[in-house]
Amino acid sequence: MNPDTANMLLVEDNPGDVRLIVETLEENKLYNTLNVVSNGVEALAYLRREDRFADATRPDLILLDLNLPRKDGREVLAEIKTDESLRQIPVVVLTTSSQPQDILACYDQHANCYITKPLDFDQFVRVMHSIESFWFTIVKLPDGQQDG
Amino acid sequence: MRPVEILLVEDNPGDVRLTIEGLQEARVYNNLHVAQDGIEALGFLHREGLHSEAPRPDLILLDLNLPRKDGREVLAEIKADVGLRRIPVIVLTTSQDEEDILKTYDLHANCYVTKPLDFEQFMHVVQSVEDFWLSVVTFPPE
Repeated sequence: MNPDTANMLLVEDNPGDVRLIVETLEENKLYNTLNVVSNGVEALAYLRREDRFADATRPDLILLDLNLPRKDGREVLAEIKTDESLRQIPVVVLTTSSQPQDILACYDQHANCYITKPLDFDQFVRVMHSIESFWFTIVKLPDGQQDG
Repeated sequence: MRPVEILLVEDNPGDVRLTIEGLQEARVYNNLHVAQDGIEALGFLHREGLHSEAPRPDLILLDLNLPRKDGREVLAEIKADVGLRRIPVIVLTTSQDEEDILKTYDLHANCYVTKPLDFEQFMHVVQSVEDFWLSVVTFPPE
């Protein structure tokens, strides 16, 4: 997987967080595209290319918030990780929750990693850059060609 | 604060040594335990025999090509075990085979990292793994 061709999906409902995440990631831009959806129903429709997402690009990495409208991030994670055609896509849970039951439930449902969003701006930026450089320059991502 | 317990499952003594050196420079206090094959790794995780006092690792670094029991089998057993599956497993291997990559993600490896053959790059990779997993990620609580 060449980082220049990697595609990301961000599932986040807070517009302020979306803006901050997108701006921070664009500073280094180690990926090709970044698409954003703002609730759990849209996230699954995007991944399954339903309705207006018929031409959606399969993501190589998913950044998933937990507290989402319409369908919760926990349910989205469970659906992705039990779907044979989607479960290979790494899911990074990115949330303000530091509740032990959330952390445990996410790892039990095979989240690839759980990251608590720092409230401090500088730390937030550092964490986002770190996620980006780790997943796009160190990790080998699965080749997403086995699309159905 | 207690150290982060890391289990390295690796049969190549050179790679073990480099990983230990890379982790010694880590900013986060850690204890590295080494299992040299798949049977020993599962013995450690299940606290069997010699490993009755073994700590539960916070993180597992797993090679794929291992004697006695293959890393793919070890990964499948960890991720199918309700008591172990939440421990993050980082596959660290020389294999660049697309099938290995896809299969290990299918088995719920937390991430797949290839070992570079070059020394400087190897150290960079070990330190990046350490930096991301020990200082950015939130581990499952005990």
